[in-house]
Amino acid sequence: MPDLRELYQEVILEHNKAPRNYRELATANHQAKGYNPLCGDHFTVYLDLEGDSIRDISFQGSGCAISKASASLMTQSLKGKTRAEAGKLFDQFHKLVTGRSPANGNKAELGKLAVFSGVSEFPVRVKCATLAWHTLHAALDGKRETVSTE
Amino acid sequence: MTTAANRLPREFRSPQLRAAGVEFDVDKVRSDFPILRQRIRGRTLVYLDNAATSQKPQVVIDAVGRYYERDNANIHRGVHFLSEHATEEFEGARRKVQSFLNAADASEIIFVRGATEAINLVAQTYCRTNVHAGDEVLITAMEHHSNIVPWQILCEEKGARLRVAPISDSGELLLEDFDHLLGPRTKIVAVTHVSNALGTINPVERIIERAHQRNIAVLVDGAQAVPHLRVDVQALDCDFYVFSGHKVYGPTGIGVLYGKSALLDAMPPYQGGGDMISSVTFEQTIYNKLPYKFEAGTPHVAGAIGLGTGIEYVNGLGMDNIAVHEHELLAYATEIVSGIPGIRLIGTAKEKAGVLSFLLDSIHPHDIGTILDQEGIAIRTGHHCAQPVMQRFGIAATARASFALYNTREEVDILVKGIQKVREVFA
Repeated sequence: MPDLRELYQEVILEHNKAPRNYRELATANHQAKGYNPLCGDHFTVYLDLEGDSIRDISFQGSGCAISKASASLMTQSLKGKTRAEAGKLFDQFHKLVTGRSPANGNKAELGKLAVFSGVSEFPVRVKCATLAWHTLHAALDGKRETVSTE
Repeated sequence: MTTAANRLPREFRSPQLRAAGVEFDVDKVRSDFPILRQRIRGRTLVYLDNAATSQKPQVVIDAVGRYYERDNANIHRGVHFLSEHATEEFEGARRKVQSFLNAADASEIIFVRGATEAINLVAQTYCRTNVHAGDEVLITAMEHHSNIVPWQILCEEKGARLRVAPISDSGELLLEDFDHLLGPRTKIVAVTHVSNALGTINPVERIIERAHQRNIAVLVDGAQAVPHLRVDVQALDCDFYVFSGHKVYGPTGIGVLYGKSALLDAMPPYQGGGDMISSVTFEQTIYNKLPYKFEAGTPHVAGAIGLGTGIEYVNGLGMDNIAVHEHELLAYATEIVSGIPGIRLIGTAKEKAGVLSFLLDSIHPHDIGTILDQEGIAIRTGHHCAQPVMQRFGIAATARASFALYNTREEVDILVKGIQKVREVFA
């Protein structure tokens, strides 16, 4: 039986309570909205991209503990990273939460994001954990549209 | 302090019915439902998601199995023994539904896939003929998406206007506002009998009376009502009444549209095909009589037979006994759950059936649902396909426990322990 404490780790509960980078970003030049119609969770991810690198990142919105903590920890992990690094991290994160991580793990690279390992035991919650990341993807991809709205 | 008995709707408060309620043997009832015997995540299943779908008694499971084992044949067309027998069973199920709703005639019972299809049928036939540009369709702010979207599609097509009667903070329809919205352009009122997200029982009799004073037709969405309340379509005088079989202990994929025969007769068909015709040439097709005009194609014969058996099952227990049992349970759950610190009930109408929607502190309902699931407790979390209701209360979602005839006080106690566990995790 999956363990609840594996899912709701202290770090996750703490980020749910006090999410980091939870604000609109005045300097944002990219942004996207993410929505999970199944549960109504919705987030906006704001990016300040300088060339290829993420100078600043923030988010706002509402969702469950898993989705909010995931968004919060994502913003912490990505500040200063390049597009390619962000893509690679998402790939590793996705493998982690869907239980497809390599046997010896890639926890060192994932850093704090490793607290989401428990999600793989709760398949219906994978979408919660990845909502912010999919939104980030849209923000990175949708450069033209986003710029036109700013 | 409010006692369980006087929280019951007026019609359930008679001493005889209270006495009958005592005789309701819930342990025996539970033994009729094989699914309740299994363990979920190492714990006894506590199934409190009945507003989504009810579990099935063995008699319903057997009826469906027996049909495929012994009686399977296409209906209304074969001359052979099995076809004749299957037709008899299917039409027998229709008569059971007729008597369940107290419809005047069996031909007023149309088998459809579910309440959703029934509403779409009325929107696309009765209203295709009767609603024109500038006309209005009146619904309420507590409708399920299935009683909103078909009307939006119709209004879009016709250039008609969808009007919405508001509800109070307790989740009750504001009747004065409703009356004011009944206007010269209103062509149909579509209202839920019992709200799936809030549990509110609407005063449909009064709504129908007011609408009929202005010659406006009324469709009642009974999906959440028929499992809990005795419904008499002639006493209500509603023009259309719809429900889904799977919420009243029958199979999925079968549901019912009741319509007054004069209206059904005048309506164009919904879908064209076999069984709905009397004769076909390439020049002209003559449609079949009621109810077959609205039942194109081979219907869900096994589903109808299963639904008929489900109705026999609740009739055997007594609809009034079921209502008393469930109302006492809801009153108990309401009292004990609202005593938990941090609980906010959504939907506190005076007259309610079957549903306890709640929030706990600022904990997201999805998290509540996951933690309760680990305790073997099945509830629904989310917007319950009633996003406008969520918007009305300024929330994204609720946790919803919904009750059926086989639920017990012990299960409510387990739910309360589960909610306390949620509080511990998020302390």
